[in-house]
Amino acid sequence: MIEIRGLKKFYGSLEVLKGIDLDVPKGEVLSVIGASGSGKSTLLYCINGLEPIQEGSVKVDGTDVHAKGTDINELRQKMGMVFQQWNSFPHLTALENVALAPKIVKKKSRAEARDIATRQLQHVGLGDKLNVYPSALSGGQQQRLAIARALAMEPDYMLFDEATSALDPELVGEVLDAMRLLADEGMTMICVTHEMGFARDVSDRVTFFHEGILEEIGTPAEIFGAPKSEHLQKFLSSIR
Amino acid sequence: MEPTVSFFSGFQPSDLWFLAEAAWRTLLISVLSISIGTVLGVVFGWMIYEGKWPAALTLGPVLDVFRSVPLIIQLVLFYNFAPIIGLNLDPFLSGVVVLSVYCASLVANVARGGMEAVGLPMRRAARSLGMSYWQDLRYVVLPIGGRAVFPSWVGVALGVMKDSALVSVLGYIELLKASQILITRTQEPLLILTLAGAFYFALSYPISRYAATLEKRWAT
Repeated sequence: MIEIRGLKKFYGSLEVLKGIDLDVPKGEVLSVIGASGSGKSTLLYCINGLEPIQEGSVKVDGTDVHAKGTDINELRQKMGMVFQQWNSFPHLTALENVALAPKIVKKKSRAEARDIATRQLQHVGLGDKLNVYPSALSGGQQQRLAIARALAMEPDYMLFDEATSALDPELVGEVLDAMRLLADEGMTMICVTHEMGFARDVSDRVTFFHEGILEEIGTPAEIFGAPKSEHLQKFLSSIR
Repeated sequence: MEPTVSFFSGFQPSDLWFLAEAAWRTLLISVLSISIGTVLGVVFGWMIYEGKWPAALTLGPVLDVFRSVPLIIQLVLFYNFAPIIGLNLDPFLSGVVVLSVYCASLVANVARGGMEAVGLPMRRAARSLGMSYWQDLRYVVLPIGGRAVFPSWVGVALGVMKDSALVSVLGYIELLKASQILITRTQEPLLILTLAGAFYFALSYPISRYAATLEKRWAT
């Protein structure tokens, strides 16, 4: 379970998150929607401890992410993260990309790490690309590689930061399919997304961010069918 | 007719061996200096890149000095002033020290550029997998950054090898000094300098070829 309490985040004097309270129970798929600059991505970075916070707390399975004594490297193994830019390691093959972290972080044997990597790559449909370098993969394939790489650490939570925003339109589908598959398997997911179709069909809950405030949260039916806040109504009509 | 006594004598096959030995000394001092200089340079480059150590504040200007002052002046100054602080180094060791620091000052810039080329998003992706700062540095930043600036590093290494000729001013008999000795004796500068040039070429060419092969392999 991820528990966020009174989370405030500043970049210099700019307040990007203005006191967020949010619980994400195990097994839930939560989509975060909102305009650019509403603080959705920053929320993920704060959950993962990639950005320091100024007030409040983020707890993952009871462990405070931002507390001084927390072993953040160990805690991050519970949370896989997929970025807008896929960031595949260009000097490693697909297999090595996925096997690296299990090998050096989890101290798995070479053979074990390769097994895990092979399995995860097959899982996202890249079983025939094991020994290919990222430069020879399409954006969609690289993003699926990034998903496999995160999954290889056997995380309990997956954080998706606009995983399809940088992709050519024809490549979005394959990545969304991989995410859908993951959701069907019961993974706990927080997806910052501009894909309203995905948010509506796959999520258990959807939350709308507006200028650093969590304005509305509810089931997809509530958010898309009966939006209460004016900003959300405006946002939804602007993207339709 | 009286035989004239001459200080000069023609080029002999054994002179070729003399040059080859000198080329070996050039190779030795270059490999040592470039190795030490590269390790030091990467550490310096990393300090400047991180920029939070107090060292970074002082390091930049100091390295600038070593980069800007002509190597020949550095060599003569170091060789003559080191004994004052109790360092009695022979020409070879003095050469290694000065060339290493010079090489490090050049490599520091290259290394910093390489680390910057990796970029924050890539590093965050690595950290998000649970890698520690050092694992990220070792397995992601250095390999990716290293490949990015490898051609520049080869340029620095070849430059240092050629600059090692300047150590001859301290009396270290490397390739250039050996050729000067032979020229004085044989009075055949054209032949000797051509030979010396060929030796330098023979030392650098395999390096640039090998570098090109590596770059090609990484490009795929």
